[in-house]
Amino acid sequence: MAYVEQLSGDRLERGDASRDGEAAARETLRAQVARLERELSGLVARSFPHLPVLAPAAPSVPRLLGLAELERSRDRLAGRIADAHRELAERSALERRSRELLRRAKEDPRRYKFLRIAVADLGEGTCGTWEVRPRLGPIGMLAGWWQVKLSSGCP
Amino acid sequence: MTMEGERIARPVRGWCEQELQRELPGLGLVWTGMQVGGRRSLTGASPRPVMRQLSELSNRWRGARAINVRQEPVPAAYRVFFRQIGLDPDATRTPIEQAVLARMLEGGFVSRGLLADVITLALVDTAVPVWALDADTVDGPLGIRPSRPGERLGRGGDGPVLGGGRLVVADADGTVAILFEHPPDEHRPKRSTRSLLLYTVQVAGVPSLHVEETLWACRSALADACS
Repeated sequence: MAYVEQLSGDRLERGDASRDGEAAARETLRAQVARLERELSGLVARSFPHLPVLAPAAPSVPRLLGLAELERSRDRLAGRIADAHRELAERSALERRSRELLRRAKEDPRRYKFLRIAVADLGEGTCGTWEVRPRLGPIGMLAGWWQVKLSSGCP
Repeated sequence: MTMEGERIARPVRGWCEQELQRELPGLGLVWTGMQVGGRRSLTGASPRPVMRQLSELSNRWRGARAINVRQEPVPAAYRVFFRQIGLDPDATRTPIEQAVLARMLEGGFVSRGLLADVITLALVDTAVPVWALDADTVDGPLGIRPSRPGERLGRGGDGPVLGGGRLVVADADGTVAILFEHPPDEHRPKRSTRSLLLYTVQVAGVPSLHVEETLWACRSALADACS
């Protein structure tokens, strides 16, 4: 009988320890979710409007999340942050290329006739377009007088 | 619910089920009650000072701030909490972000009646959301708990079945609202409501001062408007 009691006691202790371990794991995951959420918010705010501010609506209800759900939530957030970094890297490369192209067009406009570069692609705002156009219209076209002009393009 | 009207000036901390407290430290419900009298209806047009405040607040909130609001400490705390309870704040927006988005889309904080306006003013000022209940439809102190299997929202027995484990605001009689959602019609203050209960949900990272401030702002604005 004493042996049975001892066994049950051990199992109970093991059960308690496992429950405590799970609670600690959930706490750690919640802390990770908090850190990732702040990181994602910071990325979205700093790089606006290049990252989506809103996510597609998904049916969800407020509930106490278990270990598996918290892990999924953390992994989804980590995935979104990785996607955001990738998008920002691509964006940054596009801006670098556009700036370089604009620099070359300004140096030698005749080589880049009718080239258009949106100001947004330079990372310098959202309105306007740089355009290589002939000076004085058709006369400039015939005479080979080309220039780079910025048109505003925003209401 | 027994309301002591204007005498209940200090906000009261509601109950929170033990498991929730353990899992989500910092989560709490804070409420305050008040009697509203006078000829002005809670759902009717706001008086001029409230309209003026809405207009002034609209001017203070522009695009850049709207985008950055998610990084401010109190809104960020609600975003984190949303994530921790299975809501994506980019899909199910936090109350402050919802209000700010509406401001951007509608060109200003649009008046929606006295009570709604007062709650919007408090929310935008402190980032802490407030919900109002008709106190006569509430039985016993308010608190937060998970819903029970098969439990329905509201009183009549014809509310939607919640399913077990959904976080709800409840009183002694049952569920009053889903956490962070507006209460069902039966609990909402009406034109004739005289006894009002205002509650807010505090989460980790939101200072108690903000919570008290938001309730106090609502109380004093309503008291001024209804006097």
